[in-house]
Amino acid sequence: MSSSDCILETRGLEKRFGGVVAIASVDFNLKQRELRCLIGPNGAGKSTFFKMLTAQLKPTTGQILFDGVDITRAQPHQVSRLGIGIKNQVPDVFNNLTVAENISVAARSRHGKARAAAKGKDVMERLGLTSLTGRLVGELAHGQRQWVELAMVVALEPKLILLDEPAAGMTADETNKTAELIREVNKSAAIVVVEHDMQFIKQIAQTVTVFHQGRVLIEDTMDKVQGNELVREVYLGKSEDD
Amino acid sequence: MTANWQGNGGLVAATVLGLVLLLALPQIVDPVMMIELTSYVIMAILALSLGLIWGYGGILCFGQSAFFGIGAYAYAIAVINFGDSTVPLLLSIVVPGLFAALLGYFLFYARITDVYFGVITLTVTLILYKVMGATSGSQYVIGAAPLGGYNGIPAVPPLNFPGRPDVALSFDGLFYLSGLTLLAVYVGLRLMLKSRFGQVVVAIRENERRAELLGYDARFYKLATFTIGGAIAGLAGCLFANWGMFISPDVFGLAQSAQVIIWVIVGGTGTLLGPIVGCFAIQWIATKLGAQQLLNANLVLGTILIGFVLLVPKGVVPTVGDAFRRLKFRPYVAPLVEQRRVP
Amino acid sequence: MDLLVVLSFEALKAVASLALISVGLAIIFGMMRVINLAHGEFLMLGGYAAIVATKAGINIWIATLLVSPLVVGLIGVVIERTIIRFLYGRPRDTMLATWGLSLLLVGLATTVFGNTTEGISAPAGSLQIGDYRIAAYSLIIIVIAIAVFAAIWAVFRFTRYGLIARSTMQNADMAAALGVNPSRVYAVTFGVGAGLAGLAGGVMAPITGIVPTIGAAYVAKAFITVIGGGPAILAGTVSASVMFGAIDQIITYLSTPVIGEVALLVAAVVLLRFMPQGITGRFFRRAA
Repeated sequence: MSSSDCILETRGLEKRFGGVVAIASVDFNLKQRELRCLIGPNGAGKSTFFKMLTAQLKPTTGQILFDGVDITRAQPHQVSRLGIGIKNQVPDVFNNLTVAENISVAARSRHGKARAAAKGKDVMERLGLTSLTGRLVGELAHGQRQWVELAMVVALEPKLILLDEPAAGMTADETNKTAELIREVNKSAAIVVVEHDMQFIKQIAQTVTVFHQGRVLIEDTMDKVQGNELVREVYLGKSEDD
Repeated sequence: MTANWQGNGGLVAATVLGLVLLLALPQIVDPVMMIELTSYVIMAILALSLGLIWGYGGILCFGQSAFFGIGAYAYAIAVINFGDSTVPLLLSIVVPGLFAALLGYFLFYARITDVYFGVITLTVTLILYKVMGATSGSQYVIGAAPLGGYNGIPAVPPLNFPGRPDVALSFDGLFYLSGLTLLAVYVGLRLMLKSRFGQVVVAIRENERRAELLGYDARFYKLATFTIGGAIAGLAGCLFANWGMFISPDVFGLAQSAQVIIWVIVGGTGTLLGPIVGCFAIQWIATKLGAQQLLNANLVLGTILIGFVLLVPKGVVPTVGDAFRRLKFRPYVAPLVEQRRVP
Repeated sequence: MDLLVVLSFEALKAVASLALISVGLAIIFGMMRVINLAHGEFLMLGGYAAIVATKAGINIWIATLLVSPLVVGLIGVVIERTIIRFLYGRPRDTMLATWGLSLLLVGLATTVFGNTTEGISAPAGSLQIGDYRIAAYSLIIIVIAIAVFAAIWAVFRFTRYGLIARSTMQNADMAAALGVNPSRVYAVTFGVGAGLAGLAGGVMAPITGIVPTIGAAYVAKAFITVIGGGPAILAGTVSASVMFGAIDQIITYLSTPVIGEVALLVAAVVLLRFMPQGITGRFFRRAA
C-alpha cells in the first residue's frame, strides 16, 4: 500500500477516552515534503491526532507508519529520533533556561557539539532570536516563546514537522514571517499545520484536510474546501460568524 | 566565550577557596571541633548527592540516606572480611549505585508520579532500618562480619593506603580525604552539569515531555542521575563508617532521612552550594541542641522544615542570590548550573 | 483444621489492621493527592489520647473509640487551617511540610510524655479454637475495621458531604464552579483523615504500646497500602489491604515479620511497574 513516496500513513487510527470517540478510523496519507493544513472546529480531534503521531497518546486501535516504520507503540523520544518534530499548541519550552540553552538542548539531540552550535546559531539568526540568546524563555512574550519552540523544532532537522497553531497570538507581521519560514523549511521536510487563521492557511496551503467529530470530512485544495457546502456548515460558516 | 571563561573562573576560585579552607581549618580549629567538622564535611557530600538528584534532576527522593547506609554497611562488611580497604571502598560506591539503579529502573520506567516516588524511597529506608535491626542473632554473619542488629557493627577498620593494610588513615587524614572528596564531588558535579548530559537533565526537570519530544529518553536520564546520586551517597557512607569506626541501622532512620531533606531545602534546591551551606548550618544547630536538655532536637528540626517550606521555599542560597542581584540594579541572566529552583 | 481456622483468622486480622491504619491516609490521599507524612504521628497521638483518657478514669472503649478520633481529628483541622491550606496546589511542599510536622509532633510527644513506652492492657481475654488460643481483641479489631469501612461507604453514598467529597475528588475545579468551597471540603477531609488515624492509633495502642517514635513503625505499611491501592479510597484501601495483608501474613508465617514487610515493599514496587496508578487506577476507574 504505502509507496516509498509516502512519509506518513495512518490506517484506521482510532482514539477513545472512556465512551467518547476523539478520533474515529482516520486513514491519513502524507507525501515526502508535502505541506498539508489541518482544519476543523474545536474538538474535531486535531490535537489528539497530533498527540498520537508523536506518541504522547497511545491509539486505541489502528496503525501509524512513519517512513515505512510502524511507530504505533513507540515512545515519544523514539518518534522524535526517527524524525518527527512537533510544536505544541501552548508554548512548550524550558521556561527557566535561556533561549540559547533551549535551542542548544534541541540541536544537541541530533548533532555533535560543533554541528549543534552552528545549527543553533543559524536557526536563531533565521528566526531573529539572536538578540535574545541570554534571556530566560519564561520572561519572554507569548509570541517570542512560540518562536523559540519553532526554532527548537527546526534545529532538530526533522523529516516531518507538526505545527499546532503556529501563528496563534502573533501579529500580522509575525504571521507573515512564520509563513515564510514554513515555506523555507518545507524545502527539506514534510509539514502538517493545524490552524484557525484562514488568511494564514491561504498563504501556505497546498492541500487541506478537514477534521470533523474525529473523522476526515474532506481532503482537497483550499479553494475546493472553501466552496464545499458541508465544510461551510460545520466550520467555516460558524467561524465567519465568530 | 566570555561567559564560559567566567563560569570556569568561578569554578577555579571555588576550588582554590576550598583547598585553602581544607589546609587552614586544622590549624585554627581546636581538635574536638575538628572531629565534628569532619562529620559535617562527610554529611555535606551526602547533601550534595541529594542536591543533584532533587535540585537538578527534579527527582523527589525522600530516602537518600538509604544509599548512604548501604554504602556504609557495604564498606564495613567488606573491609572486615578483606582486610585491605581498596575493594571495600569501591564496593561502597558500586553497591548503593546498583541498588539505586535497580530501584530506579522499576520506578522511573513505570513513570510513577513524584508523590509516589517520594513515598516509596522513604519506605525503602524505613524498611532497611527494620531489616538491619533484625539481624542481631549470631546467625546473621556475612563472612567474618556480624551484623549486630540495632547495635550495629563496631570496630570498623579504617581506610588504608591501597594494598597496604598496615598503613591506616589517621583521623587528620580522614579530614583531608573527606574535604578533598567533597571538593572533587562539587567540581565534578559542576562540570557534569555543564556538559550535554547535565543540560539534558536540567531540561527534563524543566519540562519532561518537551525533552522527550526532542528525542531524549527522560527515564534513562533520570535513572542515570539517580544512580550517580546513589553512588555519591554511598561514598559518603563509607567515609562516615570511617569517622565513627562504627555503623548501625540508625543511618536508615526517619530522622537521618529527614535531616538530608532539611539540609537541601534550607540551603536551597537547584544550587550545589546551597546543600553544603544548609548541611553545615543545620549540623551545627543540631550539635548545639544535642548539648542542651531544654529543647528537643526533633521539635526544632520539624519547626525549621515547616518554616522554610512556608516562608523561604527557595532556600537560603538562592534567596540571598536574588537579593544580591537586585542590589546590583541590572538584569542578570542566571548561568545554567546555579540559582535554579525546582518548581 | 483448627490450624487453618487460626491462620485464616490471623490473616483476616492482618488485613483488618492494615486497612485500619491506612484508611486515614487513604482519605487524605484520595481527596488531595498528597501523602500525609505525619500520618504515623497521628496514630501515635491517637494512642496517647487513649492512654491519657484511660488513666483519667474514662472507660477504655470510650477512650479508644471516641476520645482518640475526636482529639486527633481536632488537631488535624487545626493543622490544616494553620499550615496545609497555604500549600494547596504544591503537592511537593505539602508533603515536606507534613514531614516537618511529623518531626515536630515526635519532638512534642517526647517533651511531654518522655521517651518511654506506655501501655494499656487489652480489654478482652482470649478465645479457644481446638488446641489453639487466640486473642479476642483480634476479633474486635476485625469488627471495628468492618464498621469503619461500612460507615465511610455510607457517608460517601448517602450524605451531602459524601457527594461533595466525591465530586471534589473527581474534579476540584468543577466542584468549585458548582459552588462547593474546596477549601472547606479539604479542611473537613483532613480532619476526618486525621480522626481515623487517631482511631486506629487508639485501637492499636493496647497491642503495640506507645512511644513517641511509634509512628515510624506503622507508616511503611500504610504508605505501601495506600500507594499500591491508588487514589480510590474504599476500593483501593480494601483491595490493597487484602492483597498486601495476605502477602505479609504468608511471608511472616514462613519467615519473620521483617521479611514480611520487605515482601510487601517488593510486591508494591513490582506492582507499580505495571500499574503506575495503583490497583484502582487500573481496575476501578469510577470507584469512590
